[in-house]
Amino acid sequence: MDLIRLSAAQLAEKIHSREVSAVEAAQAHLDRIAEVDGTVHAFLHVAAEATLESAALVDAGLDAGAPPASPLAGVPLALKDVFTTADMPTTCGSKILEGWRPPYDATVTSRLRAAGITILGKTNMDEFAMGSSTEHSAYGPTRNPWDTGRIPGGSGGGSAAVLAAFEAPLAIGTDTGGSIRQPAAMTGTVGVKPTYGGVSRYGLVACASSLDQGGPCTRTVLDAALLHEVIAGHDPLDSTSIDAPVPAVVEAARAGAAGDLGGVRVGVVRELGGEGYQPGVERAYRAAVERLEKLGAEVVEVSCPHFQYGLAAYYLILPSEVSSNLARFDAMRYGLRVDRGSSAEEVMALTREAGFGPEVKRRIILGTYALSSGYYDAYYGQAQKVRTLISRDFAAAFEQADVLVSPTSPFVAFGIGERVDDPMAMYVNDLCTLPASLAGTPAISVPCGLSEGLPVGLQIMAPALADDRCYRVAAAFEAAVPALTPPELS
Amino acid sequence: MTLTYADVTSRYEPVFGLGTHVELGTVSKMFCGCSTEFGAAPNTHTCPVCLGLPGALPVVNEVAIESTIKIGLALNCSIAPWCRFARKNYFYPDMPKNFQTSQYDEPLCVDGYVDIEVQGQTFRVGIERVHMEEDTGKNTHVGGATGRIHGADYSLVDFNRAGIPLIEIVTKPVPGAGVLAPEVARAYVTELRDILRTLGVSDVRMEQGSLRCDVNTSLNKPGEEMGTRTETKNVNSLRSVERAVRSEMLRQASLLDAGERILQETRHFSETTGDTRPGRSKEEATDYRYLPAPDLVPVAPDPEWVEKLRVGLPELPAARRARLRESLGVSADDMEQMSNAGVVDLVGATVDAGAPVGEARNWWLGYLAQQANSREVDASDLGISAAQVARVIALVAEGTLSVALARQAVDGVLETGHDVDAVIAERGLQRVSDTGALEQAADDAIAANPDVADKVRAGKLPAVGALVGAVMKATRGQADAAAVKDILLHKLNGGTPGNEGVAAGGVSE
Repeated sequence: MDLIRLSAAQLAEKIHSREVSAVEAAQAHLDRIAEVDGTVHAFLHVAAEATLESAALVDAGLDAGAPPASPLAGVPLALKDVFTTADMPTTCGSKILEGWRPPYDATVTSRLRAAGITILGKTNMDEFAMGSSTEHSAYGPTRNPWDTGRIPGGSGGGSAAVLAAFEAPLAIGTDTGGSIRQPAAMTGTVGVKPTYGGVSRYGLVACASSLDQGGPCTRTVLDAALLHEVIAGHDPLDSTSIDAPVPAVVEAARAGAAGDLGGVRVGVVRELGGEGYQPGVERAYRAAVERLEKLGAEVVEVSCPHFQYGLAAYYLILPSEVSSNLARFDAMRYGLRVDRGSSAEEVMALTREAGFGPEVKRRIILGTYALSSGYYDAYYGQAQKVRTLISRDFAAAFEQADVLVSPTSPFVAFGIGERVDDPMAMYVNDLCTLPASLAGTPAISVPCGLSEGLPVGLQIMAPALADDRCYRVAAAFEAAVPALTPPELS
Repeated sequence: MTLTYADVTSRYEPVFGLGTHVELGTVSKMFCGCSTEFGAAPNTHTCPVCLGLPGALPVVNEVAIESTIKIGLALNCSIAPWCRFARKNYFYPDMPKNFQTSQYDEPLCVDGYVDIEVQGQTFRVGIERVHMEEDTGKNTHVGGATGRIHGADYSLVDFNRAGIPLIEIVTKPVPGAGVLAPEVARAYVTELRDILRTLGVSDVRMEQGSLRCDVNTSLNKPGEEMGTRTETKNVNSLRSVERAVRSEMLRQASLLDAGERILQETRHFSETTGDTRPGRSKEEATDYRYLPAPDLVPVAPDPEWVEKLRVGLPELPAARRARLRESLGVSADDMEQMSNAGVVDLVGATVDAGAPVGEARNWWLGYLAQQANSREVDASDLGISAAQVARVIALVAEGTLSVALARQAVDGVLETGHDVDAVIAERGLQRVSDTGALEQAADDAIAANPDVADKVRAGKLPAVGALVGAVMKATRGQADAAAVKDILLHKLNGGTPGNEGVAAGGVSE
């Protein structure tokens, strides 16, 4: 039996029935990591010993007859290196945090531990989650298991690649402008950005606070739902955490898998498609919409005229928040310290010069400029207005449709090095994912076929707090199309 | 010729304004659960949030919001139905996140006022805003001659203070105080301190830095627009507020007289020299790049809650003073004196405990104020309650204690913390009321000082003091000086020249 190819739900069932031990499950994945991660480079840190220890604890409990701590107890997971972990380094893909061991666990980390999910290690990412290819990691790029000459998407390329490379059945990512969904699309996996505030940000090292959202990365929709219910829910340590019941996403995923979308109105967003989208992506996307219609959905076209300003607004709001959030990396208390210079200010400047990569510096400079006195209203203020208009577009569209759909990305995975020196070419990766980020609404990316032999993603968006709708439609779609199987890694 | 203050005020009109930072007396910090207790070992009251560790997030302390609303209400402000925190971005090693969470263009309380009385005139000081923010850590510069950052070998940072709730109370510019500007500025801070103390929202100790002032000052010629202002930081006592305004007025006037311009700048007040120096501000950035704090949700106080807080406000100092002035029948001058000494409440409470107002006033402005000064504490922290003072006053009135004994009893209370009666018993402070013993002591004193006795007999009545002293010495201070004087005069002259008793508290009325 090939444990690494099972879904998390299947693996959990075998562990809970004691057919397989959690230690065996962890070991199988650790072996796989040892075998392929030299090629994929999805992990920045592998915590073999800690994983086996926590797996042994799960086994001991189950052997003693205790009920599993959660439906995913004993299943291994890869955690994006942007969540704090008291027993592992947390680098955010940056040299400035090289070797930093946080003194505390993020809320997501604690919830995973409490659910009996074993943490294999920390995954690679664009530095401080800024990028769409994982090429901006200070520790080198992650490679796409579908074609190791290509990028796996980003910023959470590591958390998507581990799934496609069968190094882990579960991963956690964070999505600021598409960092969960776009890598899912590039690697033929499932990625969910929950409603903003649905998953606690406590211990998630901030990129852009008003946009960042942790979420599940999996190979199946049901696995994503199971993981979603583990990590979601109100956290008093995060003021922006929503104090409302977690949407019943597992129930929705199971209901959706029955394949009936009767009565569901699917809105095709007119502005997300057409010019600038690769023909293969367009084809796969159109086929996916037809498939939804065949499943009983009523397909309508909706217009969201302000989505076209999303990219511009995003690249003002995000850098503004980044310039403030990343100010704390100053060598005074933790992380890298370039101990030259004759004053604290000089040490700060030299450390930041040495510790941050070019993309991070670019955004800090952009944000510093956008917030400057005299420019604030013209840039940040205007961008916030666009954000409001995008939310209104969504609200109007959701009058006509229960969910909205679009391609997740305008194109499939590109070659490593192809766009890294062209920020604009990189930024347009996020065209389709940005509106839901700016509006704080939930969205999922599910595989919808291949173009040029590479995966294409279908994005399904729902109103805030209606994450369950994304799951229902995604599960129905997933059940109706053949699963994508990545080629064997050589 | 040196410019005098009178020269300045004869030709210029001063305008002042104050920004006052107050540490709130909450148990925990503004955005985390760490203790706010003063004086703990460095960096022991810290956590990921107040250290600004990556990933940590702030959660607003609701008690701090409540305290700020109370302050706003007490200062006649409008309470914003909706407001936000903002990040003030600048780099400095005592700032864990290199931004301070504060409020910018959306403060919690706006547009209030407080009326100040100085020398019988009322001045209305407008309140621009009251907003919330977090305190920074504290740097200690080690090595070097000055203890300043320049020339230091290294610096240490203590983050215990980082994240302690601060509110800033900003006045509108206050014109029209003229020659009284320095005193009005001081009286405003005094009043503010009393209001905050009455509200119980801060311990308002200027010497510990829980109330700190920045003073803005400008001068203009009569009829002209407001002049360029300077901001004087580091003004940390009531006396310094007054001195800072006065010294800035003198400095600016001499510049203006010489035809020079006033630079809009930050200056620092020196307690030792009493003047201001141009400051190298630690917050060198001139552009704080304010940003609505994305990790915090807006504060939208429920109007019903605000109304409840308004109704629940304690009696404020001005109302209390008016009431006490009425009920106690003290003069405006007296009230101002008591107010400046911070003893209005203590006098009121002493009266409530049964003491006559004159006696209560004399004790608190006299002997007790001296004791507080010499111990460098506020009168309210002296360690004797109003009830105990009232008891001392009662014991003097009924003749059980002489004034001297009463003071010894007070000393005993201050030293031991025991109550008045216990101190009297422990120390044997019983007044010698046995007339026989006093008569004997008086006879002895007359016999031992025949020259003095003759002078008194010849009509030089004040000379009797020496004999009174001798009797008091013989009775170890336990006699009533007035009674002794009576006895001596009776023995020498056959009568008393009238009651010239010493006021108990040591202050003549």
